[in-house]
Amino acid sequence: MTDAAIATSGLTKRFRSRAVVDGLDLHVPRGSVFGFLGPNGSGKTTTIRMLLGLISPSAGAISVLGEEMPARGASVLPRVGALVEGPAFAPYLSGTANLIRRDTADRYAPGATRRARVEAALDRVGLSHAAGKHVRAYSLGMKQRLGIAGALLTDRDLLVLDEPTNGLDPQGTREVRTLVRSLADEGTTVFVSSHLLAEIEQVCTHAAIMRAGRLVAQGSLDDLRRGSGPRVAVETPDASLAASVLARFGLDAEAAAGGVEAALPEDAPPAEQLAAALVGEGVRLRGFAVRASSLEERFVELTGEGFDVEQ
Amino acid sequence: MSSSELTAAAPVKRTSVAARRERPSGGWALLGSEISVMFRRWRTYAMFGALAAVPILIAVAVRITGGSSRGPAFLSDISSNGLFVAFTALVVCVPLFLPLTIGVVAGDTIAGEASHGTLRYLVIAPAGRLRLLAVKYAGCAVFCVAAALVVAVAGALIGMLLFPIGPVTLLSGVQVSLGEAYLRMLLIALYIVVSLLGLCTIGLFLSTLTDVPVGAMAATAVLAVIAQVLDQLPQLDALHPWLFSHYWLGFGDFLRDPISWDSFGQNALLQLGYIAVFGALAIGRFTTKDILS
Repeated sequence: MTDAAIATSGLTKRFRSRAVVDGLDLHVPRGSVFGFLGPNGSGKTTTIRMLLGLISPSAGAISVLGEEMPARGASVLPRVGALVEGPAFAPYLSGTANLIRRDTADRYAPGATRRARVEAALDRVGLSHAAGKHVRAYSLGMKQRLGIAGALLTDRDLLVLDEPTNGLDPQGTREVRTLVRSLADEGTTVFVSSHLLAEIEQVCTHAAIMRAGRLVAQGSLDDLRRGSGPRVAVETPDASLAASVLARFGLDAEAAAGGVEAALPEDAPPAEQLAAALVGEGVRLRGFAVRASSLEERFVELTGEGFDVEQ
Repeated sequence: MSSSELTAAAPVKRTSVAARRERPSGGWALLGSEISVMFRRWRTYAMFGALAAVPILIAVAVRITGGSSRGPAFLSDISSNGLFVAFTALVVCVPLFLPLTIGVVAGDTIAGEASHGTLRYLVIAPAGRLRLLAVKYAGCAVFCVAAALVVAVAGALIGMLLFPIGPVTLLSGVQVSLGEAYLRMLLIALYIVVSLLGLCTIGLFLSTLTDVPVGAMAATAVLAVIAQVLDQLPQLDALHPWLFSHYWLGFGDFLRDPISWDSFGQNALLQLGYIAVFGALAIGRFTTKDILS
């Protein structure tokens, strides 16, 4: 498993009798930027807590950076930077003092360079100006930045960022993306969880999708997109007529903004034939497009729509 | 060599040098940080202030009223020798005020970090759960030393300020020089520190049980009171030598000549027992705990 930054097999966590994470086989290649996606309550943070040895699995095995967790935590964790379930700091200490305190807990972090490393980390997340302020006075976004700085105190082989863009403004979100990209360029594997696909889709090379404690898909982004076929979008005021024409070809059309949309199975007739048929039936065709399904659609397809937290 | 190993060996660009040690350090930095953070909190100084207020109030009250023969031990000696302010204040603080402050500090150790969410970051740093417990306990012990010294030193200073001081007449009637009296005061402070170490361990254990620091603080302080109440009930005679508070006020032995170390020894042994039992419980609980805060 040397090529995997993170590998789990049959990873399961039960609280009382309920499985919050159920039989997870995760494979995060080294050097990847790995998006860990899923709606709220799908078990992402519980998985991350197990990866980092904060909670012990009910069943299954974990390997992080080629070593077994949690047994080898003392040698693995110094190489892992993490932001878990939001930033957390002592409110009565300054940003700098908080990072210094956290750094002293890592026995592999040299004391001689501590201050310089803390300053560099603060600079990297754009917090140098607020370094001396008490964390109590920080905004949510500033705390989030400080949390990311805390993951960057030493050179890491793996970064685990749980919802890193929480509380950040669009500018901050873009900065996080840039940061993740530059860290990946340096050779760090980045494992980033989010319930908002759009925020990380642009930086990820790989992704896994969780639903109700189970992994429903994982692989490279291209693999995931391939999982669902292309779609045809018809822009027309005659939506119901268009739908019935498409139905004749075995396509299950659904209403979309400005017309209808349908998944295009592999055995569907060529697109030009569909367009001709639509025009032939008198559908006022204003637009016609075939496009690869976006990851967003795939995500919704796999995790279901709506805001209900699944139990 | 397989292709996967090649991937793993891919060179990693690093921005800075000396960002990571080859071997782990001794880990004293965390203890240093723990102590320095404790002494940077207003709460710590508020408690020191409250403790220092005890000898000051005693001294001022005696100065104004001229003292009385009733009240805690040594109270009547104050007006003739200011040093007794410190002794009186220690007697007054041991049953309640010191255990209260210890309850706050010991109850906060793990639960406080948990409530701020910083516990998870210390654990994944990784501080090592055992080491974290040891550091927290050591910090607590340092607080005990500081707290006992605050009472003793504040007592000695205010005593010096408001009353004449001089050679001290011990309980056994022998008079000792001022220098030796100070030494004996430090010995008493040491006795008190040792007395409180068992309670510290209980607080540490309670703190591993919850993410709500106030709960652990209150429970620790309440236990200290309960132990002393039980110690007063003659029906529970058999239980008394096992109560962690049983020898708390035994430091009068240090004001005899020659010094009797009996109660100090028994007290130290008893406290060691509490440290062993509750230390083991804390370790057992914390090293296997799922950290969900």
